[in-house]
Amino acid sequence: MTELLRIQDLHVAFKTDDGMVRAVDGVSLTLNAGETVAIVGESGSGKTVTSLSVMGLHKKGSAEISGAISLNDHGTFKDVVSLNDDQIRDIRGRAVSMIFQDPMSSLHPYYKIGNQLAEAYLVHNPGKKKEAMARAIEMLDLVGIPEPAKRAVEFPHQFSGGMRQRVMIAMALMNSPQILIADEPTTALDVTVQAQILALLSKLKKEFNMGILLITHDLGVVAQVADRVNVMYAGRIVEEGAVDDIFYSPLAPYTLGLLKSVPRVTANNERLKAIPGQPPSLINLPVGCPFAPRCEYKQHSSESGCNSTKPELIGTSETHRSRCHIPEALRKDLFTKEVKELQS
Amino acid sequence: MLKFIGRRALFAAFTILIVSAVVFAIFSFLPFDPAALTCGQRCTDQIVEANRVRLGFDKPIYEQYWLFLSGIFAGRTYGAGSAAFTCPAPSFGYSFNENACVTDMIREALPITISLAVGALILWLIVGIGLGIVAAKFKNRWPDTSSSVFVLLATSLPTFVTGLALLIWVTIKWKLVPLSLSGYTSLIDNPFKFFQYFILPWITLAIAYAAIYTRFTRAALLETLGEDYIRTARAKGVGERVVFFKHTLRAVLAPLITMAGLDFAGLIGGAIITETIFNLPGLGRLTLRSVYEFDLSVVLATTILAAVVVIVMNLIVDMLYAVLDPRVRIA
Repeated sequence: MTELLRIQDLHVAFKTDDGMVRAVDGVSLTLNAGETVAIVGESGSGKTVTSLSVMGLHKKGSAEISGAISLNDHGTFKDVVSLNDDQIRDIRGRAVSMIFQDPMSSLHPYYKIGNQLAEAYLVHNPGKKKEAMARAIEMLDLVGIPEPAKRAVEFPHQFSGGMRQRVMIAMALMNSPQILIADEPTTALDVTVQAQILALLSKLKKEFNMGILLITHDLGVVAQVADRVNVMYAGRIVEEGAVDDIFYSPLAPYTLGLLKSVPRVTANNERLKAIPGQPPSLINLPVGCPFAPRCEYKQHSSESGCNSTKPELIGTSETHRSRCHIPEALRKDLFTKEVKELQS
Repeated sequence: MLKFIGRRALFAAFTILIVSAVVFAIFSFLPFDPAALTCGQRCTDQIVEANRVRLGFDKPIYEQYWLFLSGIFAGRTYGAGSAAFTCPAPSFGYSFNENACVTDMIREALPITISLAVGALILWLIVGIGLGIVAAKFKNRWPDTSSSVFVLLATSLPTFVTGLALLIWVTIKWKLVPLSLSGYTSLIDNPFKFFQYFILPWITLAIAYAAIYTRFTRAALLETLGEDYIRTARAKGVGERVVFFKHTLRAVLAPLITMAGLDFAGLIGGAIITETIFNLPGLGRLTLRSVYEFDLSVVLATTILAAVVVIVMNLIVDMLYAVLDPRVRIA
């Protein structure tokens, strides 16, 4: 398995008038070729900020970034955090590409689809206009756009939302990158179109032998396509594991809360079990576990640690790790029971 | 595209017809006797009545309107016999105050106003858009701050202050530009004199408009820089310069052209203050003089002309927009 991306102890903070916003607080994760790694969490948990750091898309002046983002650029590893502007620009769209949440606004309204795609190629292969156009049409065909040569001279407004997301994917793959970051790729789409886009991403992942870093808040999407999952809360990873670990034996109270808040078809007139309270402000994080104020299992903690120290990311197994002060055995017991109830 | 232009042109012609009817009606219902206004102090009822018949004011309003309209296309003859005189097509009426066909008066004034407006337009587009780009590129740094000082000053100074100040200092005190007494020379006859004649009026008008365009360009650029498709361009690996001058500027162009077209149309209607300060015998001055002298046929003609220019410019702007913004073509 080729390692494509290794993020180590990434911290990202933004200066605001109210103080430093610690959007990402010590995130580490890896991505290998051929796998899909999901980052899950609610709005403001730091998942998009993490992915934008990999692209080097944070503004130099406003963001303070530390840690290491080591990225495999066709064989050589480069640390995105320490690269200069030109070096990062050279990686973008070539070694690592990104697709975004809203395909309706992510394409330039005034340029033809074919030209926007070709530009992605031309940036890294200057002067090769003919090849760029041919490649654009080839990629449009690959992502399942009928009559690609004809559609290439059309404008974005002539495409539907699902088709535009296909165009975005085609654009991301123009230079056959090894890493694809998909930031909420299906959130703005209809459910049926969502399934098509996810299937397309899985197909292309195999064809290009890419690693996909999938940012989402939708556990349904995670269950469908992810191999490994990182659950984020308040800028930190609270649980990481294989997709089955996360869905069948969650060990972080927050993960369980997410699972419980998924609407179910079988629930008769039951109220949706949302996690009570609001995520904490990232300017003044509590000293203790950031999730403690909302945690309904707090009383099971043997020490009074929940409010005084932040829990460490501790491994149950080689691949499954979580943050919580409650003794692991107790958690396993409690949480597995609840998960079983959910599934019955 | 042709269908779009045809439909819009037809609509424009219809609008112009309605505007002319409304303006004509308003002038007909004014509490003046247009015939009495045609002769001076030693006036007798006889002359007034004779003029009334000669100018057609004795006919009902709808017939007068018809005569006015047909005059535009066929020319118009006033009076009969040896005293008859003709204003050839397109005739917009006859001014008794000046003893001239209105069309000839407009024909003399229009080139001056157009020269004034075009020159000012070019100047303020260069300065306004240029400063706007600089301000957006160096947001919150000294070029941005100094441009906002310019914007603040220029928007708060009325044209009669900047115009007079320029006239007093540049022409009279520093003698950089000679006071033109010889009058208007066309660009083709003598380009140097033409520029000398217009440079201060251009600057006066351009300062006021450039400020608005600076502010607009800066705001539009900064807003566009926050768009998702700009982030997409960066994610592709496009360099900052191309992101700014290609992707961002392109999106700002269409609204800028709309604004420029409408402002230009407004100026053709008459930059009254600027023309007065610099003694330019353009349309604005012509209108103003005619209003003072109750020269109604001239006021009627210039009012309709101003409306026509606005309507035609709107049409042109819409067509340009359809070229610049692909989303408009289908609509």
